[in-house]
Amino acid sequence: MTIRKTLSLTTAFALCATGVFAQDVTLTIESWRNDDITIWRNQIIPAFEAAHPGIRLDFQPTAPAQYNSALNSKLDAGTAGDIVTCRAFDASLQLFERGQLSDLTDLPGMANYSDVAKSAWSTDDGSQTFCVPLASVIHGFIYNVDIFNELGLEVPATEDEFFAVLDAIQEEGSYIPMAMGINDQWEAATMGFANIGVNFWRGEEGRAALIAGESRLTDEEWVAPFRQLARWSQYLGRGYESQSYPDSQNLFTLGRAAIYPSGSWEIAGFREQADFEMGAFPPPVPAGTEGCYISDHTDMGIGLNAASPNQEAGRIFLDWLTGAEASTLFANAIPGFFPLSSAEVTLDDPLAEEFLSWRGQCESTIRPFHQIVSRGTPNLSNESWTASANVMRGTWTPEEAGEALQAGLSSWYAPHQ
Amino acid sequence: MSRSRATRRPIRWHIAVFLAPALIVYTAIMIIPLFGTLNLSLFTRGQGNTREFVGLANFVTLFTDPRWSGAFWNATWNNLWFFIIHMLVQNPIGIALAAILSSPRLRFAAFYRTAIFIPAILSFVIVGFVWRLILSPLWGVAPNMMDAIGLGNWFAPWLGQESSALTTLALISVWQFVGIPMMLIYAALLSIPDEVLEAAEMDGITGASQFWKIKLPLILPTIGIISILTFVGNFNAFDLIYVAQGALAGPNYSTDILGSFLFRTFFGFQLQLGDPHMGATVATVMFFIILAGVSLYLFGIQTRLRRYQF
Repeated sequence: MTIRKTLSLTTAFALCATGVFAQDVTLTIESWRNDDITIWRNQIIPAFEAAHPGIRLDFQPTAPAQYNSALNSKLDAGTAGDIVTCRAFDASLQLFERGQLSDLTDLPGMANYSDVAKSAWSTDDGSQTFCVPLASVIHGFIYNVDIFNELGLEVPATEDEFFAVLDAIQEEGSYIPMAMGINDQWEAATMGFANIGVNFWRGEEGRAALIAGESRLTDEEWVAPFRQLARWSQYLGRGYESQSYPDSQNLFTLGRAAIYPSGSWEIAGFREQADFEMGAFPPPVPAGTEGCYISDHTDMGIGLNAASPNQEAGRIFLDWLTGAEASTLFANAIPGFFPLSSAEVTLDDPLAEEFLSWRGQCESTIRPFHQIVSRGTPNLSNESWTASANVMRGTWTPEEAGEALQAGLSSWYAPHQ
Repeated sequence: MSRSRATRRPIRWHIAVFLAPALIVYTAIMIIPLFGTLNLSLFTRGQGNTREFVGLANFVTLFTDPRWSGAFWNATWNNLWFFIIHMLVQNPIGIALAAILSSPRLRFAAFYRTAIFIPAILSFVIVGFVWRLILSPLWGVAPNMMDAIGLGNWFAPWLGQESSALTTLALISVWQFVGIPMMLIYAALLSIPDEVLEAAEMDGITGASQFWKIKLPLILPTIGIISILTFVGNFNAFDLIYVAQGALAGPNYSTDILGSFLFRTFFGFQLQLGDPHMGATVATVMFFIILAGVSLYLFGIQTRLRRYQF
């Protein structure tokens, strides 16, 4: 249905176009972001078409849950659009290895991206890149400014200050110090472990060492974040064991909790729900460490269908996406999903601006288990959900969690055997 | 010779014609996929997009690899516990409710019958969501109600604790489906002829002893059918776990049953890509577990049940 509609639309468009402007090319864009359809139609497409007469864009999103399978079958059947939105890591890598995505390594705009930004859409050795990094999400802590003012609290910068703040809120007693549950398990791993851990394993350095097999998950830098998570559980509300992700969001936006460990993707939703001022701080630095790190996780890229007849026009569009104009448009339309380009970007939302400013102060890395080390069975990323939740529930010690994860990784990953 | 030709019966085409629609539909949507699954479990993904025949190697992995077998047996025991709770709680309550409802002196029987049956027609999504809200330590009514009667300290986040999550979910499922055994038993009780009961009364058997001595033996075949339905339903269950606890069946896989284990294996979850061949292996083992259970009932129990003709 969608394929046929896309085809007929494209043909109709192409027919009209050839009738009027002889050289007009229409690029069809595949995406799972049907939430963004109005942003594309009203802002991004007009901006691009104004700058590049002769190339037209047609945004054709699919439902997120069906995107991967729909895209794969369209690519196999040769009916996919010219431009393809890329999932991060293995799903897109697989398409590139099958020759279904064009190599974009030599796209001029690629110079605007750091290696971390490109890692989600590069081959394992980093030599070839096949999608333009479009957006990332930054982890951190969002806090209720009103509660902090009321209790006279300072924004914590170090681990000790962080726990002092939590203790102060706990003692005062009117608010839950931190809104987080472990029922859905992924918060414990993503908003807990991956969020605060970066300072312990020193970002990219530790991530690369793990992939290379030089550090083990039983080493101090991987166990220490678990130790901190175990301390968190006393500051969470009653019954956090069965508190779900929406429960935590509601606790925070209703003003019942002071701090919410999370990430920038919450901004748009919280803006609608919360009627108090919100601030954000990066993961507190443990004593004795130099520098700071943030988890700046790559989430969405955009690439070129290798079978598309419009390679030239496609590259022009992708190159335009790497520039400052497109990045600013995106960043403001969807606050909290940050452009990965190093081009200058100005944000209207102060909270999003705060998150983005950390890129200048701290070093970026991505979630530790997303590249390469989660390719086997058992899946390290999924195992880390269970392990983090178990540590916070108190059923595993931090050391046991490290050992369990290491045992799972060693069972299939050659550099760790 | 000629006589036998004359008496040969005509071919009864109508039997084949009447059977055909059901047979064709059933073959197309049940039997062919079943054999497709069995077939899929004998292969594995080779290099690129090819698949390689590996015989029973997937089954060997499932039963001998410590991780696979650990997850598999965990899911199997959890599933067994899930079934035991249903047998010990759902079916006795269903029988008791049916016995009460069939009492001629009970007023508003139709109302109770409907009210108790309604959860069975609700979607799992609604049931899972409603119960999660009721039991929520933050906004749930359960902690407040328990506080009101002085049991506040007994409240715990049951769905979040390894020790209690599976039992809690099993009891939620019991709440949802208790209407079905109740209805079946109720129908069986109504079909007992009045003469039998009157004869029992003549002999002085009334009230509770009438239930135990006369009615219960007469509805045993129905209870058998209910048990087997419960068994098949429980070992195929998946929805409630998925809705309430997600595909990872937390906390720490303590609510993982065969259905959720199959789902994760077959379709993958988050970064874990699906493995249709191992998934089919799990599905095949589930099929044999259910087949074994049903056969045990059919040949071991049902043939020994005494049936009464009225």
